[in-house]
Amino acid sequence: MSVDDELVLRVDDLVRHFPVKGRLPFTSGGVVKAVDGVSFDLRRGETLGIVGESGCGKSTLARMLVGLERPTSGEVRFGDAVVHAARGRNLRALRRRIQIVLQDPYTSLNPRRTVREILLQPFEIHPDVLDRGRRLDRVKELLDLVGLDGSLHLDRYPHQFSGGQRQRIGIARALALQPDVIVCDEPVSALDVSVQAQVVNLLERLQRELGVAYVFIAHDLSVVRHISDRVAVMYLGKLVERGPERLLYDAPAHPYTKALLSAVPVPEPVGRAQRKRILLAGDPPSPVDPPSGCRFRTRCWQATETCAITEPVLAGGDRAVACHYPLAAA
Amino acid sequence: MALLEVEDLRVSFPVPGSGGDATSSVHAVNGVSLALESGRTLAILGESGSGKSVTAQAVMGILDEPPARVAGSVRLRGRELLTLTPKQRDRVSGEEIGMVFQDAMAALNPVYTVGEQLGELLRVRRGLSRSAARRRAVELVDRVHIPAAKDRVRDYPHQFSGGMRQRIMIALAIALEPDVLIADEPTTALDVTVQAQVMELIAEIQRDSGMALLLITHDLGVVAEVADDVAVMYAGRIVERATVQQVFAGPAHPYTEGLLASMPRIDRRDEELYAIPGAPPNPARLPAGCPFHLRCPRADDVCRATLPVLEPLPDGRASACHHRKELLHVGG
Repeated sequence: MSVDDELVLRVDDLVRHFPVKGRLPFTSGGVVKAVDGVSFDLRRGETLGIVGESGCGKSTLARMLVGLERPTSGEVRFGDAVVHAARGRNLRALRRRIQIVLQDPYTSLNPRRTVREILLQPFEIHPDVLDRGRRLDRVKELLDLVGLDGSLHLDRYPHQFSGGQRQRIGIARALALQPDVIVCDEPVSALDVSVQAQVVNLLERLQRELGVAYVFIAHDLSVVRHISDRVAVMYLGKLVERGPERLLYDAPAHPYTKALLSAVPVPEPVGRAQRKRILLAGDPPSPVDPPSGCRFRTRCWQATETCAITEPVLAGGDRAVACHYPLAAA
Repeated sequence: MALLEVEDLRVSFPVPGSGGDATSSVHAVNGVSLALESGRTLAILGESGSGKSVTAQAVMGILDEPPARVAGSVRLRGRELLTLTPKQRDRVSGEEIGMVFQDAMAALNPVYTVGEQLGELLRVRRGLSRSAARRRAVELVDRVHIPAAKDRVRDYPHQFSGGMRQRIMIALAIALEPDVLIADEPTTALDVTVQAQVMELIAEIQRDSGMALLLITHDLGVVAEVADDVAVMYAGRIVERATVQQVFAGPAHPYTEGLLASMPRIDRRDEELYAIPGAPPNPARLPAGCPFHLRCPRADDVCRATLPVLEPLPDGRASACHHRKELLHVGG
């Protein structure tokens, strides 16, 4: 047994560029560098949180991890297999192992199918997983597992459920083939606060019981802190910082991480007038034409000439930061 | 007399296709009373379907009547707004009450430049000349901290980022210097760094002008950062009304208590979140008794039978819970 056996997913220098149409027909408008060299490992049974603002490339990353999107370069390895090189039987086997839960349970479930049909579908695509005769029992088990009544809800349609219940159905579908990894792309963002906590608790319980690893992608830093063992921060297609949850939140080393954390409203009115907040100027620059050197330098308060010339690399092991002037631990 | 007084506001919508029964309707807002003073910020906190946005829309006078039926009283400086003619009401909107919405792209006109939209408002309402209106438009765009205001007034809404569009909507809302700004989820669609900028801008304008702010939000963090007073809504009613310090120090309603406990914190890591069971009720099918009793750990027979009314407590706040006294003792 090598250490690598504990790794379920290895992501190496993943890149995805999208060509943009120019203003005139038949011209090119350059490329959107949606994901531009992202690397990380995922260990068995852990939760890696990935945070970032809109347009940072986190959803494109999610789609590449499960094979819905083909990388421009780089690779995602599951065990010894490269996800995007696999074909035929191997590809189907891989897809069983890596599943996805999407943000919007209203559009990710087919409105014309009952819950029974939705949850039987994975077994129709992968018929070798379970005998036909045992599938319905398994579907009921899955519903019970996610806290829905397996006998009561089978023949209902998605619109007959609340948003939180629909997200549970989406999670049941992702669990059907007993994956090792579930990529959760903003799984609780569309839910009310009171329902969000139910789904977060459910995901944590399922991880304890089933040992599944999560890549938990979200813009809500508080939810990510709650659920993650390790966290990576993404800015304009790159990871700028990566580390264990406590270190990253309590002592951010990248200025962007620090600014992001300080922008989150704190649910405590006492002392709010004294709270120090780093207000970043402006919006993130366009990923079509990112700044030279460090991509964050246009909004960074400590940027120097070096930052405009040399791109910082994500240096370090478990705790890594891509900054020429990392912040000292407080 | 408070600047803005809302008393026993009720809003209902007829439900079509329910057997032609004309009396069938959804009661979105069931007797909401609020008071907002100059320079203060009152947050209406609630989840989807709580009636918070409909309350705001009724105060702003932008509900279509019919189909909506609005009853009760909305008074601005003592003057009743609900009995005004649509034309009189239009004058109040914008002149005395400014509005900011979640979706700036939908609220701005896509075929006119930002300068034209601001300019038209100033010419029609303030009678400014074309050139004076243009100058004032530039000032307003500059006021909301959009760089190169002189050039940017010639741009169309789609040429701005989400945060910048929200600033433009704020510029339109404050153009006529209203006494009250009503902001309905103004930062919900924005990234957290941009949200912080926009909330800071609103606070700054408020400090300078003494304008009152009615903030509609689902975000407890935003409430804790900016509100003076809080009204928590559930199923079309205010279930708790208190100062922001009171709410966060020890809520007087189990729903508020549950909301606070169910929110993950940025400043610490809790083992497990408290989850309020079930989902917010459908306003068309409210349970008997207290509308929260199906999700409430304290519910008993009284709660299942009798609707609690919003009653004042000794410390100045109000709670609509049969168990409010116990709650406060437990909470300290």
